[in-house]
Amino acid sequence: MRSLAEIGAKLDAWTPGAESAGAAGALLGLAEDVLECWIVARGDTPTQQTREGFRLLALHRQGAQDAPSFNACRETCREIAYHYNLLDTQAADPQSAQRQRMMALLVRHLALFVEGKIEVDRLGEFCCASRPLRQSPSAST
Amino acid sequence: MDAPTRNDDKARYQRVAYYPGCALEGTGHAYNASTRAVGKALGLALDEVPNWNCCGAMEVKNIDPKVQTYLSSRVMAIAAHQMKADVVMAPCNGCYHNLKKAEYDLEHDATSREVVGTIARKAGHDPYHAGEVETIHVLDWLKHGIGEAGLRERVKHSLKGLKVANYYGCMYTRPRHIFPEKDQGPGSESTSKPHFMDDLLEAAGAENVEFPLKTACCGGAHTLSDSDMSTRLVLNILRAAELAGADVIATECPTCHSGLEMHQVRAETVLGEKTTVKILYFTQLLGIALGVSPRKLGVHENVSDGLAALKAKGIV
Repeated sequence: MRSLAEIGAKLDAWTPGAESAGAAGALLGLAEDVLECWIVARGDTPTQQTREGFRLLALHRQGAQDAPSFNACRETCREIAYHYNLLDTQAADPQSAQRQRMMALLVRHLALFVEGKIEVDRLGEFCCASRPLRQSPSAST
Repeated sequence: MDAPTRNDDKARYQRVAYYPGCALEGTGHAYNASTRAVGKALGLALDEVPNWNCCGAMEVKNIDPKVQTYLSSRVMAIAAHQMKADVVMAPCNGCYHNLKKAEYDLEHDATSREVVGTIARKAGHDPYHAGEVETIHVLDWLKHGIGEAGLRERVKHSLKGLKVANYYGCMYTRPRHIFPEKDQGPGSESTSKPHFMDDLLEAAGAENVEFPLKTACCGGAHTLSDSDMSTRLVLNILRAAELAGADVIATECPTCHSGLEMHQVRAETVLGEKTTVKILYFTQLLGIALGVSPRKLGVHENVSDGLAALKAKGIV
């Protein structure tokens, strides 16, 4: 499994490829690596299952278990899957290079989001589905 | 009784209780000014909730979510009991989210009802009960109170030629269960691909670009604890908007707006990464389309020089 730093370096060095399906596959792989980092950091084993044909979406679902605010990256994951499909099925499209660039930005956003989440996990959730500092499993209402 | 229809909403939204919230008195001052100006231009009335309080924002919610529920419920109690209003409109995503969350908690959680009842009695007022008012966002107010057709009729300066990336932020649609009115088919808002802002700005003549980060995290949570992380998240949003061809990012949340503006500057000064896309509240863009002067819309208060982009397109 690649670390978030290694994934970031890969994205920094990334440029659109002539073979769009291959480039999309590589970017999808990086996105899966990002979610694996989150799941491993929480002490779980990343799933090998798929949802809607994507391991990425299964990993997201696994990563959001007991962490509702992790759903803030749900749409980013779905957009990555959508861009993968575009690039995989419309390889000759003249917009291919731009779509690859956009997919890379989406993967980078996912990586930044997960990096931030790992930083603040257990410090109390700030955003869309707050988990209070005082709430322990036994105190859950 | 028949289910309420959008026509019912149109009538009910002509005059609503207005909860600006703390941000709109500070960094979001221009959002407040432009929301009021657009309402006035469209003939929609706002009655500000008297003696309103903080919605509980993030700080209280992280320490004690039940107290946050009370704080939000007090705003709704004033609207329902003192103002006899049946609709509260909150333009701030944080306020909107928190009032919706309080509504959900009071409907589904007996402990929340008990805590709110206890604090309300200590504070000397009747507690708010779920269902007494409907909380809406400024997007709902304009979408259902006027609609695209009504807006088109009133446009004086079309936004034609302006390419817009609509950025909704994370709290307008999440978590999904507190927004039961969304994802209800045609005419309702989508939690996965929100479109109300797109619809309204398109009616005003703008060209919306395909923007896949419209609900992505802007890093607001990290602004104080890790500013570099916020800057990198915002920079990514700005780059995606530029790659999509946008001249402008339209916002509908004061926290997102401030974050995008400040971290755009910070990305250039700290990371050496310059982006040129401009950031404007969607109410400022609508106001310009309706013929309101940019000054009355607070465009000069923005950090981002949106006026230059609008002038370049011949819109103002």
